[in-house]
Amino acid sequence: MWKSWPSIKSKPVTMEFEIPTNRTHKFWDYLEAGEFRTTRCNSCGTLTFPPVADCVNCTDSDIEWVELDGRGEVAAFTHVIVRPTSFQERPPYTIVIADLTDGLKILAWIEGSEMTEVEVGMKVQLKAGKTVDGEPSYWFVPE
Amino acid sequence: MRKVAVIGVGHSKFGVRKDVNLSELTYEAVKPALEDATVSMPDIDFVAFATVGGMYEESLPAVVAAEYSGFTGAGLVRCEAACASGSAAFYTSYLNVASGMSDLSMAVGMEKMTEVDTPTMMEMIGRAGSYLWEFHNFGMTFPAYYALYASAHMAKYGTTEEDLAEVAIKAHKYGAMNPHARFQKETDMDQVLSSFLVAWPLKLYDCSPICDGSAAVILASEEKAKELGIDTPIWVKGVGHSSDTANLSKRSDFLGLQASVTASRKAYKMAGVGPGDLDVANVHDCFTIAELLAYEDLGFAERGKAAEMVREGETEVGGRLPVNVDGGLKAKGHPIGATGCSMIYELTKQLRDEADSRKRQVPLKNNLALAHNVGGTGHYCYVTILER
Ligand SMILES: [Zn+2]
Repeated sequence: MWKSWPSIKSKPVTMEFEIPTNRTHKFWDYLEAGEFRTTRCNSCGTLTFPPVADCVNCTDSDIEWVELDGRGEVAAFTHVIVRPTSFQERPPYTIVIADLTDGLKILAWIEGSEMTEVEVGMKVQLKAGKTVDGEPSYWFVPE
Repeated sequence: MRKVAVIGVGHSKFGVRKDVNLSELTYEAVKPALEDATVSMPDIDFVAFATVGGMYEESLPAVVAAEYSGFTGAGLVRCEAACASGSAAFYTSYLNVASGMSDLSMAVGMEKMTEVDTPTMMEMIGRAGSYLWEFHNFGMTFPAYYALYASAHMAKYGTTEEDLAEVAIKAHKYGAMNPHARFQKETDMDQVLSSFLVAWPLKLYDCSPICDGSAAVILASEEKAKELGIDTPIWVKGVGHSSDTANLSKRSDFLGLQASVTASRKAYKMAGVGPGDLDVANVHDCFTIAELLAYEDLGFAERGKAAEMVREGETEVGGRLPVNVDGGLKAKGHPIGATGCSMIYELTKQLRDEADSRKRQVPLKNNLALAHNVGGTGHYCYVTILER
């Protein structure tokens, strides 16, 4: 379809970034223990997800970890068929953003349901634990 | 602030451009822009270079491309606002002239997206949100971001996959008339609906193509435009900008892009006009659903009524408000850093009554045009209103 043109292959670059989690590492510690906790500001009470070390509402850095109820409804979803390089080995997956009764929204995969069952308004429950690769993570299941 | 005019525009062919390197590709837009403005390289005091980068070999592409085009010594900056980088560069150049810092400045957008393979490109642009919370465990992709919005819009307003397909059909119809467009052929409902699923409900034909391209815009003060004897200056009448959360989970709903609403209201206010005054618009249709969201966010249609506008031909040439009659990102192509400047190119040509095909020249009544350029999934937004 496209003509082949003369070219030079560059020197390859492989980069793996080391992302600091020092100030919020408890999030992943709790996940490993099967608990989903996120941060609440002790000064103004703002509940935040993703978890933060500094409150965006009042600028305070006095944070506590609170467990969520984790029940909610699907606000938006998609089935990802064409996958990026690092997800090529996996089968297609379904991503949902659920609106939780806790007053937060969370984006995660939904497990344990057929793709055709997923719809906006579907009731879901947040779960925490380890993935098949042993990485701490969280996902939704149908309630 | 001084009045600022667009006095020259240039555009490369968009497509898989493995026949040129990034500097040569940039030059394909710079050269015609300089000729159009009747100026030469040393006249340009400041260059704002738009590219997202990180997907090709150069770390300082602005410097490399500026050297090749003969701009060495001019003030130079690289602008990044994801897919709205071109508009960020346009805005930077606009401010440079409006403030009195320069009399002549250039915004040039370029992206080279085909030097890496497609899965790697999906990987890079899938990280266009909040990495740890959307990509690391969940493998978000760029189509998936807009697919989330599509699912909510469909559930709330009854928007269908056929409605999305209508947007693609319109884009291809005008792309077929645009010599710069990547896709220069029409499509139909069957072809769109039977194309493979990328991220439900978005199929291949709902997505703008990964491609290479460049576009350039030269801006001048009123005195400079007069001195150069520019016969049809196109004035920058309004600009508006906004942004939204990196994490989609922090948005209040998925029915529209708040950054588009805010940016457009700022631009309308500055220009003293409303959506009903426009003769033509280019909106950010990186995916078909994005064009429908744009109609509603920009006030072209009531909430939930955008699909009706497309179905009834209101956004075709000759309709109430022609939109993306250059093929849009969808058919023209979306070399991300170039897109914002490409929109200004198209609208400048339209306002000068110089569209490359008479079949896609819009009738001019109020001589007003609007460009709407989104970065990421409403992460950034710039709206520009131009007047002849
Ligand atoms: Zn606080």
